[in-house]
Amino acid sequence: MNTDAILSFEEAMEKYDPVLGFEVHVELNTRTKMFSSAPNVFGDEPNTNVNEVDLGMPGVLPVVNKTAVESSIKIGLALNCKIAESCRFARKNYFYPDTPKNFQTSQYDEPIAYDGYLDVELSDGTVFRVEIERAHMEEDAGKLTHMGGATGRIHGADFSLVDYNRAGVPLVEIVTKPIEGAGSRAPELAKAYVAAIREIVKNLGVSDARMERGNVRCDANVSLRPHGRERFGIRSETKNVNSLRAVEHAVRYEIQRHAAVLEAGEPVIQETRHWHEDSRTTTSGRAKSDADDYRYFPEPDLVPVVPSREWVEELRATLPEPPAARRKRLQADWGYSDLEFRDVVNAGVMDEIEETIAAGASASVARKWWMGEIVGRAKAADVDPGQLGVQPATIVELARMVEDGKINNKMASQVLDGVLAGEGTPAEIVEKRGLAVVSDDGPLLEAIDAALAAQPGVADKIRGGKVQAVGAIVGGVMKATRGQADAGRVRELILEKLGVTV
Amino acid sequence: MTETNELIRLSAAALAEKLAAGEVTSVEATQAYLDRIAEVDGGERGINAFLHVNAEEALAVAAEVDAIRAAGGAEAEALHVLAGVPIAVKDLIVTIGQPTTAGSKILEGWHSPYDATVVERLRAAKMPILGKTNLDEFAMGSSTEHSAYGPTRNPWDLDRIPGGSGGGSAAAVAAFEAPLALGTDTGGSIRQPGAVTGTVGVKPTYGSVSRYGAIAMASSLDQIGPVSRTVLDSALLHQVIGGHDPRDSTSLPDPLADLVAAAKTGNVEGLRIGIIKELHGEGYQAGVENRFRDALELLKEAGAEIVEVSCPNFQYALGAYYLIMPSEASSNLAKFDGVRYGLRVLPEEGAMTIERVMGATRAAGFGDEVKRRIILGTYALSAGYYDAYYGSAQKVRTLVQRDFEAAFTVADVLISPTAPTTAFPLGEKLDDPLAMYLNDVATIPANLAGIPGLSLPGGLADEDGLPVGIQLLAPAKEDARLYRVGAVLESLLEAKWGGPLLQSAPDLAAAVAGPVETLVGSQEAK
Repeated sequence: MNTDAILSFEEAMEKYDPVLGFEVHVELNTRTKMFSSAPNVFGDEPNTNVNEVDLGMPGVLPVVNKTAVESSIKIGLALNCKIAESCRFARKNYFYPDTPKNFQTSQYDEPIAYDGYLDVELSDGTVFRVEIERAHMEEDAGKLTHMGGATGRIHGADFSLVDYNRAGVPLVEIVTKPIEGAGSRAPELAKAYVAAIREIVKNLGVSDARMERGNVRCDANVSLRPHGRERFGIRSETKNVNSLRAVEHAVRYEIQRHAAVLEAGEPVIQETRHWHEDSRTTTSGRAKSDADDYRYFPEPDLVPVVPSREWVEELRATLPEPPAARRKRLQADWGYSDLEFRDVVNAGVMDEIEETIAAGASASVARKWWMGEIVGRAKAADVDPGQLGVQPATIVELARMVEDGKINNKMASQVLDGVLAGEGTPAEIVEKRGLAVVSDDGPLLEAIDAALAAQPGVADKIRGGKVQAVGAIVGGVMKATRGQADAGRVRELILEKLGVTV
Repeated sequence: MTETNELIRLSAAALAEKLAAGEVTSVEATQAYLDRIAEVDGGERGINAFLHVNAEEALAVAAEVDAIRAAGGAEAEALHVLAGVPIAVKDLIVTIGQPTTAGSKILEGWHSPYDATVVERLRAAKMPILGKTNLDEFAMGSSTEHSAYGPTRNPWDLDRIPGGSGGGSAAAVAAFEAPLALGTDTGGSIRQPGAVTGTVGVKPTYGSVSRYGAIAMASSLDQIGPVSRTVLDSALLHQVIGGHDPRDSTSLPDPLADLVAAAKTGNVEGLRIGIIKELHGEGYQAGVENRFRDALELLKEAGAEIVEVSCPNFQYALGAYYLIMPSEASSNLAKFDGVRYGLRVLPEEGAMTIERVMGATRAAGFGDEVKRRIILGTYALSAGYYDAYYGSAQKVRTLVQRDFEAAFTVADVLISPTAPTTAFPLGEKLDDPLAMYLNDVATIPANLAGIPGLSLPGGLADEDGLPVGIQLLAPAKEDARLYRVGAVLESLLEAKWGGPLLQSAPDLAAAVAGPVETLVGSQEAK
């Protein structure tokens, strides 16, 4: 198990200044692979979406996927990058069984997009500009599954299985310049940056952008330096941090770990780190030095990619509105206050609310459900709200049931639990659990009489004009009916009975 | 001569005519070649041009063509001019239904699940594929001695090399085991074997023939091309295999010129033919130089203007080639690791890790020359050495291209001997890689520049009576010029000799059946 010492975050921040850097890999959702005509589909039987090119058979040659180039240009443009007039692929040579050719075809010193930036909004509305060094095209590797070991890692495994379905899936790798000046907001910025990238590629329609499927994968570089020093410290690179929360936690953890190492007067080791979601810690991966020699050279089997300026401008014209503009528009459309909208953004449910509204809910209902019900559940379950799997249609159905008076809010919340537990649709759960608002006045009147009799003093107060005291009686009735009564109707009936008009 | 003997000695064009006229069937022709292979290819002193003979399929294709012809009508009319003409394919080119070894143990028994584009085109033309021909392992060599399956012998002298890497294809054609063959040329592997076996070989313009399915040695230099006994035959075959292929990104979009028409033009009047100062004279065998002079004389008589050009950067071409080629090869050959196909060797002791299995497989599966080039290329691409080696070599490449550009401003076609010497004895240069590499000194510049080159027989050297090759070079995409000049020179030479050069080759059937004088084998096979 992990035994690394850590300093408290606050103490780390007192002494050190963090510098971040991110490499985000985005899997493109093209129909076919980067260099072959095999389908680019997630989740199929292993080694079925492959042809001779993906398997690196003798004699095969790559052909660049034009749609992947188009998607890469769109990403570059959305990140305010320059688009290369001509750029080449290179071969990154290393032996590993997930790479069928034993080299990865990747852009190296000639990325298709370079010198951009992305304005990232933090939770309090602060805008932080992240400089983008480059966005380049490459191919994904196959997927290795190490069998027989306790950890699922290659160490201790008896054998490994390889699935080449992912080999050759088009990737765009987005690399930032070193990010300085985030200070104690570094973990938050990390999360916000990756969220912004995910939002962009999703809006562009170039990626499914599902982090849990590895469509967006983040390698987070962290280094610390004493306050006031210009030179960067030695960095660690935490690989494959695959949820927004994990990005935040991983950066925070690495800051604390580096600080402890530096406090102990030891050097930070330049290495990759593995992220462990369960313990929220990292462990040492492999030593990584700048001298790693991949023997890059220009890929001789491909000709340079030369996007014409006309094409680039055509693509620029098709770009969807930038996220900041979109947020402004959505806030206006939905009529949320600044605070309400910021909470929505920070909770990471803006897309979900948009979908819920599109499915037929009002803006206020959508917010109430996502912010009032779902975000809390996600927090309790330690996942991102979107990962709970709540369908917009479910919310619309629940809201309609409440509106129609079939169930009340409390019941609706129970029904949502049922949906999340996989018990069925809201209608089925209402039926199964026998949930229905008691709106027949008969049983209610009986319960009201009993409640008034139980609290004669309260009844007198109400009669005396203290209408707000009615809550105590309503509460008694609701308790007696196990929450199945329509609280509004109960209130009306009590006041009517006591002869109070409001 | 027997009837069979006459049949196998026909040029591909002549055979095609007889097939079309119904004078002979494709099955008869195919069977005649298969008989010839059985007669001269096997045994201790056999040619060993073929690594695999594809008799059944070849005969089936031949029978199909014969049936179509017999039935007549539109389908018969639509048959390709070479339909029914058999062909041999270098075993670097993948084929469904036959093994493809690349001359290496590491691919022993491997069957490709797909056809190379050129093979698809042969099949579309309904040319029976006789089998797969021997080569230096992964096309690395100039003598075919680096084949893991033993060397191929030169039909002119069984104790001499047939050139390389395509010694199998050249020897098969020279020994009348096939009328046509496919080769690949990275630094001269079609042209130099052509020169030393008295056959014709063409390296087309880079990108004019698809490389899809040719097992890559050096991607930026490799090119598939025709091997034949006449210039016209090469043009006919080039026309079948050439043209754009969307599966090869380096494939040129340009439509193929009419190469067959060019080979039938019949004159070189007014054409400027440039002698490359750096590619003859010192370092070239006297007999080679003499035949080269003869060729120039004939061309001059035919009305060509002979000019001299200088390509000063050619002195660096061999060095640059031996950095670029191994660099690309070291990467191209990385895929042979025992994981997905081919040989897998487990380490004899110690941990069974993937690295060690890959290591053991590559140690056992690759021969010495392949390992030498992988090591060389890996070194040249290494951080800190890249600029000095690979980077500098690429600059030389540019300079060689500029030399050619300058030369082609004063000459329409360039001319040189194809190889500095005639065929050397088996084993002579096996332990001296540098001497072996020098064989390609005249052919390499064309690969570096991507321009087309053709080698045709120029006669026999005075001192050893062995074939000499004449090389013609043209600007990129001007392959037609090679066929035009080549065909004229060929007819002038044949008029002088009183027939094709190969008619003066020794009687093979007797030779291969003769006593074993020396046993020279591939060192790596032993």
